[in-house]
Amino acid sequence: MATRPTDISLTPTRAARTSRWFVLQYRMAPYLFVSPFLILFFTFGAYPIVKSLILAFYATNGPKSAVFVGLQNFIFLFSDRDFHKAVWNTAVFAFWSVFLQLPLSLGLALLLNSRWVRGRELLRLAFFSPNLLGQVFVGVLFSVLFIPQYGLVNRFLHFIAGVPLDTKWLANPNLVMPALVLTSLWMYVGFNMIYFLAALQAVDKDLYEAATVDGANAWHQFWAVTLPGIKPVAVFVLVMSTIGSFQLFELPWIMLNNSAGPDQAGLTIVMYLYQTGFVTGDLGYASTVGWTLALGVLLISLFQMRVTGAWKGGD
Amino acid sequence: MKTFHRIVRFVVNLFLLAFAALTLTPMVWLLAATLKSPDDLFSYTFFAPRISTFNFRDLFSTVPFHRYMINSIFVASTMVIVQLFFSSLAGFALAKYDFKGKKPIMILMLSTMMLPSQVLMAPLYELIYRMGLVDSYAGLVVPGAVSVFGIFLFRQSILQVPDELLHAARIDGCSEFRIYWDIVMPVSRPMIGAFCLISFMGTWNSFLWPQIILHKAERFTLPIALNQLVGLYQQQYGTLMAGTFLSVLPVIILFLLLQKEFIAGLTAGAVKG
Repeated sequence: MATRPTDISLTPTRAARTSRWFVLQYRMAPYLFVSPFLILFFTFGAYPIVKSLILAFYATNGPKSAVFVGLQNFIFLFSDRDFHKAVWNTAVFAFWSVFLQLPLSLGLALLLNSRWVRGRELLRLAFFSPNLLGQVFVGVLFSVLFIPQYGLVNRFLHFIAGVPLDTKWLANPNLVMPALVLTSLWMYVGFNMIYFLAALQAVDKDLYEAATVDGANAWHQFWAVTLPGIKPVAVFVLVMSTIGSFQLFELPWIMLNNSAGPDQAGLTIVMYLYQTGFVTGDLGYASTVGWTLALGVLLISLFQMRVTGAWKGGD
Repeated sequence: MKTFHRIVRFVVNLFLLAFAALTLTPMVWLLAATLKSPDDLFSYTFFAPRISTFNFRDLFSTVPFHRYMINSIFVASTMVIVQLFFSSLAGFALAKYDFKGKKPIMILMLSTMMLPSQVLMAPLYELIYRMGLVDSYAGLVVPGAVSVFGIFLFRQSILQVPDELLHAARIDGCSEFRIYWDIVMPVSRPMIGAFCLISFMGTWNSFLWPQIILHKAERFTLPIALNQLVGLYQQQYGTLMAGTFLSVLPVIILFLLLQKEFIAGLTAGAVKG
């Protein structure tokens, strides 16, 4: 196309105008792009954080009425037997989940990582698959599997270990926690295994060769090469599964038929928060419980990171 | 020594196979149970002696189960689309621009990931109540419209997109949003698949917040509806299992389609390359 003289005279101003707009949209873009996050964060994140800090000092009855009670919620917390029970149950659950789940997950990952295991892809899928089902659906399924007489769990345990068929897992206060630990073991072992597997595959292969040349046996290699190599991920899994355990709610709530179970054997902190806040309607006390939970989780995570030395040496 | 190794390997393979079978048993039983008549449900044979559709018919005739499925699909799809858009946009900004306030935003995001979400339930409910969004899907979706986990995921993957590609597009007169839409998003396809699945599963399985927000039965999503069924069907376990089966089926299908991306996405945050 032939350029007309008028075009030539127009070009600089048009280019200037375009470039000014261009620079402006370039400068504004990042702010615009993060603004949805910021708006939502301040509305549904920061505001509730501040509000729940305030609420913790109020006694409320539903979302409309609130009476300032000072530190009374916190003082009550110390003498609240239900809350103590909830903390104890949650801690016991977290302890067992972590100390059964993580070694088992790591063990499975180590085995699946060796080249001579057949069908590794399919095994990985099989171990991971329970995690696809949400806690509610797992809860419904296992509440049926744990039925006395006919339930699959009793039948299986009866077959291999002679456990009585009429073992009432979910009606016996002493067996509620083992049932919950077992169910979550089923649900999460494969999930944690995936993380360990990914970590194992990222360990530098040359290190193993060097270790073999130095005459290290499999056990030495595990301690000197594998474990240091997967440590950041191991700490991540440890902290995440502890945090997850402390947030346990759906599994017991569904398995125990929307209750805390016999003698409140399945009462967890979040369940107690839900009951006080949304069944009884005291959003203030629920906030107090919530902040105690948050503080506890934070302290435990920091403790775990310090003990495992995740803070030293950067990443 | 060689035979010893062979025996060890055989035993390990056998152990893994047995463990996998044990893991899969509850799910296979679930599938088998849905096809049993109430009389056969707890029979000693694992699979039904004769296949019965009683449980499914019973499920759909007593409650509007199709309605719950549609609700769940609607809520989860909306959530996925909204979260995908906002999270990838923010992830792009944090990966490829230098701007004031970038550091504080990153710190803000990290700290929100540490806080258990249940802590905010009470005031969040109060806020949603005052906004008049109780018993609406907006009350369900809007507070969770951005996923901090998603922002991290997208930031991580977009960091690997070469800057030259973006500069070349700018020289050609591409606007920043078009760079996001026409360049960054297409090259992030694996991450999009992973995030969609993670986000879909999260919404699909979520119980506490929908339970607090939704009151009318016709709006229920599957987890709440199924929980109600537990109370309704004290003895009708077969129907309950049919409901559970139909509730987990979509996630399993989706996972089988996207499993490679899914696992890559899950571990992207933990294992840095």
